[in-house]
Amino acid sequence: MEHIRTPKVEQVKLLDRFSNKSVIGTLHLTATHLIFVESNSTSAQEIWILHHHIASMEKLSLTTSGCPLLIQCRNFRLVHFVIPRERDCHDIYSSLLRLLRPVSYDELYAFSYNPKQNDQQREEGWQLIDLAAEFERMGVPCDQWQLTDVNREYKVCETYPRDLYVPITASKPIIVGSSKFRSKGRFPVLTYFYQEKKAAVCRCSQPLSGFSARCLEDEHMLQAISKANHNSRYIYVMDTRPKLNALANRAAGKGYENEDNYSNIRFQFVGIENIHVMRGSLQKLLEVVGTRSLSMTDYLVGLENSGWLRHIKAIMDAAIFLAKAVTVEGASVLVHCSDGWDRTAQVCALGSLLMDPYYRTIKGFMVLIEKDWISFGHKFADRCDQLDPDQKEVSPIFTQFLECVWQLTEQFPQAFEFSEWFLIQIHEHVHSCQFGNFLGNSQRQREVLQLKERTYSLWAHLLSEKQNYMNPVYSPSFAESHPVLEPSTQACHFKFWRNMYHQYDRSMHPRQSILKQVLTFKESNRELEGTVQALKTKLQKFGVSTSPLKPQTPPRDRSLPPRPQSLILGAPLLSRKEVQQEEDEEVFGEEAREDAPASTDGERTVEGSSATENGYGELTGSFGSKNEPAVVTLEFGVARMTC
Amino acid sequence: MELSEHIKTANVEDVTLRRPFHPALRGTLCVTSHHLLFSDRKDEASWQLLILLKNIDAIEKSVENLFGYPRAVGSSGTITIKCKDLLVLQLEIPGMEECLNIASSIEALSSLESVTEMYPFFYRPSHLTLNGPWGLSSTEQYYKQTERLWDRWRVSTLNSDYSVCPSYPSAVIMPREVDDDKLIRSARFRQGGRFPVLSYCHHRNGMVIMRSSQPLTGANKKRCKEDELLLQAVIDGSELGYIIDLRSAQQAQQARMTGGGFESKSFYSHWKRIHRHHERGKVVQESLIKLVEACSDPSHSVDRWLSKLENSKWLSHVHSALSTAGLVVECVERDGHSVLVHGSEGTDNTLLVSSLAQLILDPASRTVTGFLCLLEREWIQAGHPFQQRCAHSAYSHARLKQECPIFLLLLDCVWQVWRQFPLALEFSEALLLRLAQEVYASNYGTFLCNSEQERCAAGVKENTHCLFQSLLRPDIEEQYLNPLYEPTDLAIWPSVHPQSLQLWTGLFLRWTEYAQNMEEAREEVWSIVKEHHEQAGPDRTNNTLSTHCDTLTPFENLMDELTIL
Repeated sequence: MEHIRTPKVEQVKLLDRFSNKSVIGTLHLTATHLIFVESNSTSAQEIWILHHHIASMEKLSLTTSGCPLLIQCRNFRLVHFVIPRERDCHDIYSSLLRLLRPVSYDELYAFSYNPKQNDQQREEGWQLIDLAAEFERMGVPCDQWQLTDVNREYKVCETYPRDLYVPITASKPIIVGSSKFRSKGRFPVLTYFYQEKKAAVCRCSQPLSGFSARCLEDEHMLQAISKANHNSRYIYVMDTRPKLNALANRAAGKGYENEDNYSNIRFQFVGIENIHVMRGSLQKLLEVVGTRSLSMTDYLVGLENSGWLRHIKAIMDAAIFLAKAVTVEGASVLVHCSDGWDRTAQVCALGSLLMDPYYRTIKGFMVLIEKDWISFGHKFADRCDQLDPDQKEVSPIFTQFLECVWQLTEQFPQAFEFSEWFLIQIHEHVHSCQFGNFLGNSQRQREVLQLKERTYSLWAHLLSEKQNYMNPVYSPSFAESHPVLEPSTQACHFKFWRNMYHQYDRSMHPRQSILKQVLTFKESNRELEGTVQALKTKLQKFGVSTSPLKPQTPPRDRSLPPRPQSLILGAPLLSRKEVQQEEDEEVFGEEAREDAPASTDGERTVEGSSATENGYGELTGSFGSKNEPAVVTLEFGVARMTC
Repeated sequence: MELSEHIKTANVEDVTLRRPFHPALRGTLCVTSHHLLFSDRKDEASWQLLILLKNIDAIEKSVENLFGYPRAVGSSGTITIKCKDLLVLQLEIPGMEECLNIASSIEALSSLESVTEMYPFFYRPSHLTLNGPWGLSSTEQYYKQTERLWDRWRVSTLNSDYSVCPSYPSAVIMPREVDDDKLIRSARFRQGGRFPVLSYCHHRNGMVIMRSSQPLTGANKKRCKEDELLLQAVIDGSELGYIIDLRSAQQAQQARMTGGGFESKSFYSHWKRIHRHHERGKVVQESLIKLVEACSDPSHSVDRWLSKLENSKWLSHVHSALSTAGLVVECVERDGHSVLVHGSEGTDNTLLVSSLAQLILDPASRTVTGFLCLLEREWIQAGHPFQQRCAHSAYSHARLKQECPIFLLLLDCVWQVWRQFPLALEFSEALLLRLAQEVYASNYGTFLCNSEQERCAAGVKENTHCLFQSLLRPDIEEQYLNPLYEPTDLAIWPSVHPQSLQLWTGLFLRWTEYAQNMEEAREEVWSIVKEHHEQAGPDRTNNTLSTHCDTLTPFENLMDELTIL
């Protein structure tokens, strides 16, 4: 708190990013959030920005109306305040500068966040995901694969988890030898086991081969992986880097596997660019889509020049290659890049998602992230800029993974149990530092930080509001008929993910949402069924046959459950508690509820699309535009969940 | 020449048919005067493919053994058929001669010019009779139904013999205070005689959308008092109106050199002119060609695809059409002013913009019937030259003459509106896709000819069936309904940010696996909604329930308890 010089500034103007609209309100600065409350009492919009979400701030030069402050967030929100007095602006700016650069982990929000749960609940939250159980589900350990305790003390590889699965035939000396020949000691280990063909997906980092070095233990290791699979005489080694990058690494004593030294490997470059290219690409993309009155031509040219979708496709292509090699050829695959924690994580995770319907469920997707990203040491702290001020380490690698999954949900609307809001919410919290899951760079570091004792798990939180993230058209039978997804890689299927990159730009979004509507219907169908069942049992208790009472329901239950509201329709918003409250309050107001939610909601959403926002033309002011209708005011953000 | 004389080979056996995402089939191919028929001739569950020859846009043949012996054993040919609904088929035909014969028959029969030889004049399904009503509405009926018009507007039949304006319908709606003589003068002052007529009167404030063609001011700035009076009468003196000119200011200036022009500020003092540039004719047609080409090559990289998509400019056309429609709506709904829309001829972009504006403004035009009425009024009766514009589609090698997919552009824009307001339209994407197909090749007479006058002369109403009538038959209509429809009285302003507009995959990627996944998801939505309606259902559910409650008096307490559960 000592960093806050001005906790409250009044008469602050908030400018809309894409139109000439603005609202006046009060800016509050707290230890964790920057809060803007609109003064207009009818709509009273609130914006809560978590300090950790702020990526950059810019104080623009003074104008007649005040001092503009531009804040860019990691969840792609961009807010433009105009603060009347320069001094206030400066105070806010310098306070924020200090607040959003925490110097130690202890300052992160996760360590002060308290959702009013007791210790037991918190522990249960952390126990939701059990990776040992996950490997068991895949059928490991088995006659060819075993759990090794070689890394129990993080002695062989600091950035790997303690529990690792290796071929039975890989002895400790082989493992240790191989790890010495791999960058950062990240030797080949199992990440996914395709039971049907006994084929394995393994991951590692690049070999330290330089121009000619070789390592017998490493060669044995690959041999052991190959031998563990009787279905195929060879294994694929996928180097996910472009060939040129791999070649350049040889000069630094690193490089890639020489096919002459390893028997029975098929070596393949995939050509996914490195973190720096990806960072630049996203930056270009955001610049383009942030332009005001963008023309269609500039948009498409900008989209192309950013290269963003090209990179997304490259990751997808690699994952498809992996899935085909495993499921069609029955071959095991070893995936690596340079250090084996960025591109490797993307490709392994996405490949497994294509192969295994379990990962397309809500729980399974959590497991997948826990396994391939968190436990195998994707450097969340560095990539998401949690602490370290080194901007060169920041890169949207995980965002890309989420986007690839989104592209798949677009191609296969029935294959996923979750909707895009689940992905967006995960993305939100990867950067929010509100939960412990993504803090730090490796399992070891997380243990040192005692995250499980001191913070809460995101997964428990997400599961508690699971109904918000359901995909209403999810069909388990689709999973049965399509155990392996074969997405089209035709370029026209790669689309811009508006709901991610423009989540907070409400003028961009559809005014009505199919998702939301169908979700509401489905939810009410479920509830009705439940009520019918309850009635039947009660009636039976009283000895009445259920036949005269056809599956009908009491009138009250016809009212729909409260719909989630947000800037974007279909986005989940109300946290459970609020929903509960609303219901409690309205139990006796049946009639009012009967129609109210539907009609007012419809009105708001439709009317919410207004001419000024869309900016069709030159008709400004001269004829006195009529009052803007009230807009949906609730805010989709972290803040709401914290109360 | 009889149609059948074009057919040199009517029947070929052992033909192999290849379609995208389907296994190849062997069967028999037949060519008739209007159809291409393929049948796999299996006894049970035989499968047939029937294609209207008019649907065929281009045909490509490759014959093996072309210079070999005539009728050599094993010679064969492949015909690639590219349809106007963007389907591409391949037929492998044994026998070189047969192959060439089939190809030339198709070529001749798919490009018939005479309207009365076209299939709608021969289509006689057993369940339809020719004497039924043709079309959904007329100007007179529309006027009768729209009470808000009665005060200031009247129906004029000055064009009953189509002499004032050949492309207008026989009746038009005009301001009461302007007599027919003035209209005739105004018509002489407008290209093609298309004088300003009422297109829509807003239900909230009585403001109107008018449409016309450009005024013929010419290089020496001619004026026409009657035309000025007519427009003055539209806005009723005190107010102010907007003229949305669908050309850039520069283009409008240039039009004066060829006798056209624009309404000058000094003569139309109560009208404010806004120029919006819209591409037309050949440019739009080429956009479609480029877009379809880009969509049909699966090997493109993302960069190449985006650059081709950009290069086609199709989405730019969608963008400008929706933006201008939004502008019109802004004038009418938000600012409360009347609008006159025109470009040059007033038969293409003018109709596009005026009908889109109505869809955004008017809840009545968002029902199935309302939308079809809108199309009938604003496109068919208003004289969009369908026959010229839709003679060929994206694949044709024929030299372009008057082709232009403006109607397809309208459907695309409507689809974009539906994407953004998926609950506001009573019809679904399926209706748009059906219309996109029917406009190029149809069993029905609705889209034949270029104007009402031509349709009268050809006897379309007497000799063909009406598409719209048949779409509205309850059993048919059901497949075009939007299960999520919730009527709203409000204007539905679409967002026109480029990020909010999308490629219409349902049309342009129609024949891919992707479309199938979407179809399955849609069915799932349908079933959820149906289940919902059955359970929570119509109001009578409550009534029956309350009667049950009466009989269950001893359990009233129980019921109360349950309601609180």
